[in-house]
Amino acid sequence: MNYQSPETVDDAVAALSAAGAAGRVLAGGTDLLVQMRSGRRSPEHIVDVKNIPEMRSVTMTADGFRIGAAVAGAELGEQAQVIAEWPGVVEAFELIGSTQIQGRATLGGNLCNGSPAADSVPAMIAAGTIAVIAGPGGRREVPVEEIMTAPGQTSLGDGELVVEFMLPRRAPLSGDAYLRFIPRTEMDIAVVGAGVNLTVDSAGVCQSARVGLGAVAPTPLLVADAAAALVGSTLDDDALNKAAAAASAACNPINDKRGTVEYRVKVAGVLTRRAAKIAYDRARAHA
Amino acid sequence: MSKHHISTSINGESREFLCETRQTLLDVLRDELGMIGSKEGCSSGDCGACSVEVDGRLVCSCLVLGVEVDGKEISTIEGMADGENLHPLQTKFLEHAALQCGVCTPGFLVAAKSLLDRNPNPTETEVRYWLAGNLCRCTGYDKIVRAVMDAADEMRSAS
Ligand SMILES: Cc1cc2nc3c(=O)[nH]c(=O)nc-3n(C[C@H](O)[C@H](O)[C@H](O)COP(=O)(O)OP(=O)(O)OC[C@H]3O[C@@H](n4cnc5c(N)ncnc54)[C@H](O)[C@@H]3O)c2cc1C
Ligand code: FES
Ligand code: FES
Repeated sequence: MNYQSPETVDDAVAALSAAGAAGRVLAGGTDLLVQMRSGRRSPEHIVDVKNIPEMRSVTMTADGFRIGAAVAGAELGEQAQVIAEWPGVVEAFELIGSTQIQGRATLGGNLCNGSPAADSVPAMIAAGTIAVIAGPGGRREVPVEEIMTAPGQTSLGDGELVVEFMLPRRAPLSGDAYLRFIPRTEMDIAVVGAGVNLTVDSAGVCQSARVGLGAVAPTPLLVADAAAALVGSTLDDDALNKAAAAASAACNPINDKRGTVEYRVKVAGVLTRRAAKIAYDRARAHA
Repeated sequence: MSKHHISTSINGESREFLCETRQTLLDVLRDELGMIGSKEGCSSGDCGACSVEVDGRLVCSCLVLGVEVDGKEISTIEGMADGENLHPLQTKFLEHAALQCGVCTPGFLVAAKSLLDRNPNPTETEVRYWLAGNLCRCTGYDKIVRAVMDAADEMRSAS
């Protein structure tokens, strides 16, 4: 097994392309090192992306934020402007693991590891996040919901990696939130996760919404029906009930020790409703 | 396969070592450098017994490769006491009987110090959340939390 630590995205793409199927990106290693130890993955070429400045920085322009795919949770948690504008995305990322895991875990790793229960992903989907992908053919921009294709699998091609994530600047009267349910308060895998991002008008009527769900299907979901149930309402009980029902209807979960199918379906509705309320309150506070 | 030659700083002293790609920082500390204060509880990031700081960030050394720390600054439990003088956290752990078997203790101390370096006046809830990635099978946590709160108190009045 060999190790490379390129300093540019181009060099990383070249190293990954040369390694082919035997190559693997190393970001925080909090998934990969565990999988290497258990024998689930045995890469021959490790390409560490943490020494690539572009992938380690957070930049803000008039149009939006660019968050490097290899920025650690603890680092994003120190970015006051991102926290102020995208509290839902930041709270989802910060839910990952412990303080120690936060020192290493990245958004790129959370997404590309391909877990259906990855916490940051439903929040990024709700936020309309775009992933910037670099590969042998240059760069392309892809909505986050199109990256995971099955548990442990992504739509990235040979030699490709995620460089950074793009989030727009927060529009007035809009807000986001993420909630997950786990059996304890820290350090567990989501039974269900729900992210909601929405915009209201000055009368408090919802103008647009996006809903992302995690851990209830083979990949995180963008649930257009749940979002549509919120639009045009002031998030009254009727609208929230419809959104919850649509979220539940979108689920296709597994049965496991953390939750039965029936339970996950129900909780997906409950969390969608609660996250929508928090996003709504944040939107109204963000005049 | 040839080994990697890594230069790093550990507890303020420059150190060099040779390692294979698959060796973790924990393996290197314990097996190559003889620094056995950091413990191996799980090797999967769950228990925190291997906690160290790399460039000022608290991490699990079992989830860091040795090759990754070239040019980095590492702090381990071995750097906590000043010679024979224990750090206030260590003194308070003894006073409060915040350890029994002691396997988790280095990790708790390193993690607690990393908290107090950032936040000298944490609430009990902040202490509990910060330390949620450190597991203890013996003490029931309460004494550990009290020891950390008490050490924070003492360090504030001393400064
Ligand atoms: C104790 C513990 C608790 C955890 N708790 C949670 C939790 O609560 N919620 C949760 O969602 N996850 C949790 N995780 C899983 C893990 O921490 C997260 O998924 C984390 O975000 C992974 O990021 P990383 O940078 O460490 O990824 P790595 O392990 O470095 O990489 C993961 C995978 O993604 C690939 N990859 C990484 N970056 C890129 C990139 N930029 N482009 C292309 N491919 C890339 C790698 O090749 C690898 O296959 C936990 C893990 C541990 C050990
Ligand atoms: S040995 Fe590293 S977290 Fe348990
Ligand atoms: S004192 Fe034994 S595990 Fe904590």
